[in-house]
Amino acid sequence: MQQIDHNRNIIEIDNVSFSYGNTIVLEDINLNIHLGDFLAIVGPNGGGKTTLLKIVLGLLKPTKGTVRLFGTDIKQFKDWTKVGYVPQKVTNFDLNFPATVREVVAMGRFAKRGLFRFLNQIDDRIISRSLEHVDMLEYQNRLIGSLSGGQQQRVFIARALAQEPSVILLDEPTVGIDVKAQEDFYALMKTLNEKLELSLAMVSHDLDVVAHEATEVACINRILACHVDPKEFFRGGFLEKVYGQNAKYLTHHH
Amino acid sequence: MLDILNYSFIVRGLEAGLMIALVAPLIGIFLVLRRYSLIADTLAHVSLAGIALGLIFNLNPIFSAMTLTVVSSVAIERLRLTRKIYGESALALFLSGSLALALILIGLAHGFNVNLFNYLFGSIVTVRPSDVTNILIFGLVVALLIFLFFKELIFISFDEEAARVSGIPSRMVNIILIVLAALTISLAIPIVGVLLVSALIVIPVVAALQLRTSFIRTLIFAEVFSVLSVVSGVVISYYLDLSSGGTIVIVTLLFFGLAWLFAKLTHR
Repeated sequence: MQQIDHNRNIIEIDNVSFSYGNTIVLEDINLNIHLGDFLAIVGPNGGGKTTLLKIVLGLLKPTKGTVRLFGTDIKQFKDWTKVGYVPQKVTNFDLNFPATVREVVAMGRFAKRGLFRFLNQIDDRIISRSLEHVDMLEYQNRLIGSLSGGQQQRVFIARALAQEPSVILLDEPTVGIDVKAQEDFYALMKTLNEKLELSLAMVSHDLDVVAHEATEVACINRILACHVDPKEFFRGGFLEKVYGQNAKYLTHHH
Repeated sequence: MLDILNYSFIVRGLEAGLMIALVAPLIGIFLVLRRYSLIADTLAHVSLAGIALGLIFNLNPIFSAMTLTVVSSVAIERLRLTRKIYGESALALFLSGSLALALILIGLAHGFNVNLFNYLFGSIVTVRPSDVTNILIFGLVVALLIFLFFKELIFISFDEEAARVSGIPSRMVNIILIVLAALTISLAIPIVGVLLVSALIVIPVVAALQLRTSFIRTLIFAEVFSVLSVVSGVVISYYLDLSSGGTIVIVTLLFFGLAWLFAKLTHR
């Protein structure tokens, strides 16, 4: 098996700042996501981590600084199918939308196929394979709104996989799913990261991700407060630094 | 029964109506799912101003309506994107503004003639032979463009942000949808009328949504409801001497009621 070069940067965030009006949300963030990483971006709510994710996705423009994706400045970047995105499900979708699981996952192929082209058998196979990876193939004809939160989560991951990305960015993926589903979710992340060799970056206010499968941790609270190995994270007193005195509540079940 | 087909105006009404019935749900499904149903009503009122302009300046009212509606639809979308104005406030501006313009134009043309009244409430008598050709040609163009952008429209309706991130040109697709909605509404007005056109675009889709099935099947059901409503509406209105627009919309509501009842009884 070919060894992954973990020193290769796939996403480079250089001196990025962002403000809404006079409020500084992010200040001078420097952060690289390496090939093969499973990066957990943690920090308190309102600390700017989702804003950072949206900047990397091109949904927001930084007030200052540059972002490079796969070596290309984000302003010139065209190869968006390489970047998979799993949105925070609670905010982004209508439970009554008339779409089956398979129809939702097929959306992951749309941009890949391009304008004026229709999905073909190759796309069909990739859609089925993506559903198998998340163990949802048997639910393919169910309506998306009829599934549990954890199952919907898997479908959105399958949609990102169908795009055949190199990196998947996830926004608060564990919000609104039960404990069992969360464990399955982390097991799936480990498989994607290790077996499919996908780079992952996940924004979470929940420190569970650090204790689980992440290979690196970045803490964002307006500034980049740390970028360390997960083991170091709990040892180094970063918790109090990022979250303040209430940090203990966040890890109560460990 | 088929004796009604001996009247050329009925045949014209049915031909044009069938085309409109097929195109309306293609637009309607995306407007409804994006919570943008009200734009149909707004664009219909803009069409009225366009028709009034056409009648005053002796232009083909379908074309003057199309032009004004397409221009306004782009303006509404741009206004919505600036976010300085709420989406529905932009709609209100255009709805009342164009109605006001239409009223002034009608006044200038010395009153409400029968012609314009037909456009308000719709009548198959309004459909002229040249209208049928225009409706068929433009209807086909709208259907073809929806077909070409179908997958992008589905993704954007489901999750615009994720669609944008994956590289789908969401702004362009949004503009295309709204321009096609404008064209469809202008085409449908001679038959269903300004006041009822949005019902034909919205109600068959809302009825199909009650059945809670896949996207493709929802669209197929909406097409079936729409075609049955228009055909039976035209035929019933002829035999009972009723308004064709009114009859068509009442039949769509009947389908909605049946779909809703079916969903309730089968616990969908």
